[in-house]
Amino acid sequence: MNRFDYARPASVAEAVQAGTGEQVRYLAGGTNLIDLMKENVDQPTTVIDINRLPLNAIEELDGGGLRLGALVPNSDTAWDARVEQRYPLLSSAILAGASPQLRNAATNGGNLNQRTRCYYFYDVATPCNKRKPGSGCGAIGGVNRIHAILGASDQCIATHPSDMCVALAVLDAIVQVTGPEGDRAIPIADYHRLPGDEPWRDNTLRPGELVTGIDLPAEDFTKNYTYLKLRDRLSYAFALVSIAVAMRIEGSTIAEAQVALGGVAHKPWRSTEAEKLLKGQQPSPQTFSAFADALLAGAVGQGKNDFKIPLARKGIVRALKQAAEATPQSQTDKRIA
Amino acid sequence: MATAAKIGIGSAINRVDGVEKVTGTARYAAEHPVENLLYGYIVEAAIAKGRVLSVDEDAARAVPGVVEVITHLNRPHVAWTDHSYQDEMKIPGSPFRPLYDDRIHFSQQPIALVLAETFEAARYAASLIEIAYETEAHNTDFDVALDDEYVPKKKRSGYVPPKDRGDAAQAFADAPLRVAGDYRLAPEHHNAMEMFGSTVEWHGDGSITVWDKTQGSQGVHAYLASVFGFSKKKVRVLNPYVGGAFGSGLRPQHQVFLAVLAAKMLERSVRVTMTRQQMFSHAYRPQAVQSIALGAETTGKLTAIRNAATTSTSRYEDNMENVVTWGLMNYDCPNADAEYTLAQIDTPTSADMRAPGAATGMTLFEIAIDEMAYAAKVDPLEFRLINYSPIDAMNGTPYTSKALREAFREGAEAFKWSERSAEPRSMREGNELIGWGCATGMWDAQFSKTSASAKLSANGHLEVACATSDIGTGSYTVMTLVAADTLGLPPEQITAKLGDSDLPAAPVEGGSWGAASSGAAVQLACQAVGKKLLKAAGKIAGEPLDGAKIEDVLFEDGCIVLKDTPTVRVPFGDAMRAADLTEIEEEATAAPGFGDMWKGLHKSKNTHSAIFAEVRVDEELGVVRVTRIVDAVAAGRIINPKTARSQILGGVVMGIGMALHEETFSDHRLGRWMNHNFGEYHVPVHADIHDIQVIFVDESDPEVTPLGVKGLGEIGIVGTAAAIANAIYHATGKRVRSLPITIDKILE
Ligand SMILES: Cc1cc2nc3c(=O)[nH]c(=O)nc-3n(C[C@H](O)[C@H](O)[C@H](O)COP(=O)(O)OP(=O)(O)OC[C@H]3O[C@@H](n4cnc5c(N)ncnc54)[C@H](O)[C@@H]3O)c2cc1C
Ligand code: SF4
Repeated sequence: MNRFDYARPASVAEAVQAGTGEQVRYLAGGTNLIDLMKENVDQPTTVIDINRLPLNAIEELDGGGLRLGALVPNSDTAWDARVEQRYPLLSSAILAGASPQLRNAATNGGNLNQRTRCYYFYDVATPCNKRKPGSGCGAIGGVNRIHAILGASDQCIATHPSDMCVALAVLDAIVQVTGPEGDRAIPIADYHRLPGDEPWRDNTLRPGELVTGIDLPAEDFTKNYTYLKLRDRLSYAFALVSIAVAMRIEGSTIAEAQVALGGVAHKPWRSTEAEKLLKGQQPSPQTFSAFADALLAGAVGQGKNDFKIPLARKGIVRALKQAAEATPQSQTDKRIA
Repeated sequence: MATAAKIGIGSAINRVDGVEKVTGTARYAAEHPVENLLYGYIVEAAIAKGRVLSVDEDAARAVPGVVEVITHLNRPHVAWTDHSYQDEMKIPGSPFRPLYDDRIHFSQQPIALVLAETFEAARYAASLIEIAYETEAHNTDFDVALDDEYVPKKKRSGYVPPKDRGDAAQAFADAPLRVAGDYRLAPEHHNAMEMFGSTVEWHGDGSITVWDKTQGSQGVHAYLASVFGFSKKKVRVLNPYVGGAFGSGLRPQHQVFLAVLAAKMLERSVRVTMTRQQMFSHAYRPQAVQSIALGAETTGKLTAIRNAATTSTSRYEDNMENVVTWGLMNYDCPNADAEYTLAQIDTPTSADMRAPGAATGMTLFEIAIDEMAYAAKVDPLEFRLINYSPIDAMNGTPYTSKALREAFREGAEAFKWSERSAEPRSMREGNELIGWGCATGMWDAQFSKTSASAKLSANGHLEVACATSDIGTGSYTVMTLVAADTLGLPPEQITAKLGDSDLPAAPVEGGSWGAASSGAAVQLACQAVGKKLLKAAGKIAGEPLDGAKIEDVLFEDGCIVLKDTPTVRVPFGDAMRAADLTEIEEEATAAPGFGDMWKGLHKSKNTHSAIFAEVRVDEELGVVRVTRIVDAVAAGRIINPKTARSQILGGVVMGIGMALHEETFSDHRLGRWMNHNFGEYHVPVHADIHDIQVIFVDESDPEVTPLGVKGLGEIGIVGTAAAIANAIYHATGKRVRSLPITIDKILE
């Protein structure tokens, strides 16, 4: 860990003022940033501790939505009665991640901005374009069990590791940010980005911008939903593939269905085009399979992660079934429903 | 006088060091407060093979608080012969010598140590060091190294060469039923909770005290004296608490070398700790491939066993394990042969990890046995009974005891094995296929020469001491119980001391010999105290014991009691006062052959277990849950059923990890372990653990060791992964021959 300056502003304005500059990082729960600093993956010159900022509330929005403050811990968000009742998919996804201790420390803003878990990214003795632009991508042709099958580039095949963000993608959340150039509202679909030839950029946040909150629009996915996470052990491992489904069933047909995948790409993977295949259909294995194929169109394995393609296909079908039958995956039961 | 229920051997008591551990007052190696301490941070090699051309330390040295950067270029003089570096658990070859020269033998090799007034300054400065390398071609791919497998010339101590019998090649060729295949185990890292660390206190008079994370204080003591030329009296090594080790602490690890090197060079106290990532810079369980061929009659009677294994080692030492002998010992089969070779890769030397050899070789063998049971259409448990060997079938010698049959019976009953439906894929619930599998576990019942002392004070307090270690195994509690048993004192009046090189001699704690050996030594020392007490009682006016001999008395509630007239009781204090003694101190050594052990001299000595596993497999998604395990263990006498059960539970959990999770993988282009952290090196978590039942089968065996104890540290892991793999086959009809069985292997 390098030496750095430390500031603990009391207001958002002060934070943003202090936050300009190349190697400046906001420190929230620190569950990711501190690890990266200890391993010299990230070497900020200034760390701005944002934990005193008044961004730690969950508030009602006009029109029936909720605003999740950037500093609300992941666990408080998951167990908030309003979130549990109105956005059970989000609660479920958060509870599928990490461990209770980590969720208590991790914040919503931090979760959104956490870095990839690519082995090479974490080991400064190895090449990595995301960590050190131009040094090459170690994972291509290397150890890539946990890497992307969709949307990767020849520069980077990393995945975004968050569970929470997969649910946010399905719920059409809006990320509220503020920065030197004022406030912006970024739809979640535009927040994270694909690696392309700038793999060091995880998202579209501009230098110095601070996430202040996440808005959840009013919607009704309280019955037919699920978050199914497939991983290398039954808890406390990042997703190899995860599937978030929010569905509305009217009568016996699917009125609306939104699906996103985690663990497969540099961002939560969603296709509104493919979702059209579900709309108006009867829930059936055939419909679900056709959708899975469409969502996974263009998927390519990197060798060690080839299995993710069939795993994702089967996982999508199972998750859609869970959602359609209103038997969402339990996150405490430790068995796949 | 009413006597309280006697607490002694066989009593299920809490760990005597439990309170210290859970309240944080137990100090581990890197926690001992020492004044004016320097902190060392290890700089590791980024390449797998080559030379260090130059080390640019300027930026590091400029960091405030940095005191020194030690590399091979400026280190003080250290021993140079291989012999000087050979530790108690030495392996044939040329031991790794940290910071010795510019050669790099493996990725993550320590190549510099930064010392600073704070840990943070040392760590930061370490990140500023720039090293220029000359790289050489390396290979870390075991499959490639297999082309150059070899039989090492010099055998490691403890290595048992397999003995062939009959003509296995012919018998296999003639067998009506044949199973043959390659079975594999991934490399695993021990990853105990406590990371390696050493605190060296520099006393200024040429002497040092070293708190080290090790399985043997005296082994490290001898190593440090030899490598640094200390006189033995000037070094004291302490390891009163060890947060697990699983074999990684059998040999001195490089942090203790580096800490002492720095202390000597700078004449200051020094602490060096490894980070979790650095825990992957040394010992690991070797990668293995085992080619097993079995032949059998259609009845299921084995006619041929062919068992050939290769395990990985470094380029500089030949780490051999007993991998191929277990199957040959355990099964009645007229024809058997085995071969064992090594393959070198550019990693540190592989090392003993919980049940070394057996956890690999017996486990993989038990998967092949299961395949043959199915081939013969015989229930897998029945198959094992058909081929049961009451004697050691490889050496033709009887066992001191082998209650495996009883273990199978009791285990099967508890598991309700008889309710199993024979066909694979025949049990299902919802999306899950259910499978039941079983396996045999086997380990050595070992005994090692060990000394202990016992000191009784007139106030009735007893202190027993031995230089053994407690790596979480319960040695403190074992010593306390044996002493309580021998001298009839309540555990609260007894203090056990261990983990100190100044105490009576003991070997490293490993191989499951600890309880049997230190227990026997403590018993002997306490018996010697008992004799002194009896003699002292003779001085009491009126001779209440009437000249009784040691056979005529027993020790109970702090009194000498006449066996024939239990109302005659002489309190220890009265006896000691009569003889004018303020304390009685005795030291004793238990060596092999002692007691009834001579009768077992030419017999085989082993622990056995029968493991039953239930798995539930969501086949579509590749998700496996191990929902039930019954492990019935025949391990002789159980000193403390409570800590004994914990040992088996821990072994079984580790076995679940071996079956489903644990695997360190390399990028062979870089020659480097890539998942070197706890986020990506997976061990089981709570959600992976369901019902585990431990049964101790009655096994009375006075010949195996003086206390009849066989040891429990390792048997819990052996075979567990096979029972699980076999259950997965029963559930799915899919035979996976390579561990761990991860999602992708089920989906394949
Ligand atoms: C062992 C382990 C297992 C885990 N398992 C999972 C898992 O299974 N699923 C999962 O989803 N996650 C998992 N996590 C990741 C965890 O969810 C993240 O570490 C956490 O959400 C980060 O939040 P934080 O508040 O601690 O962020 P920090 O570590 O403080 O920050 C992370 C990054 O976000 C930036 N940042 C933080 N807040 C803001 C803000 N308001 N505006 C702009 N930038 C900001 C920081 O500068 C930093 O770059 C795991 C983590 C660990 C260590
Ligand atoms: S996948 Fe991305 S993060 Fe991983 S090594 Fe390649 S560039 Fe780096």
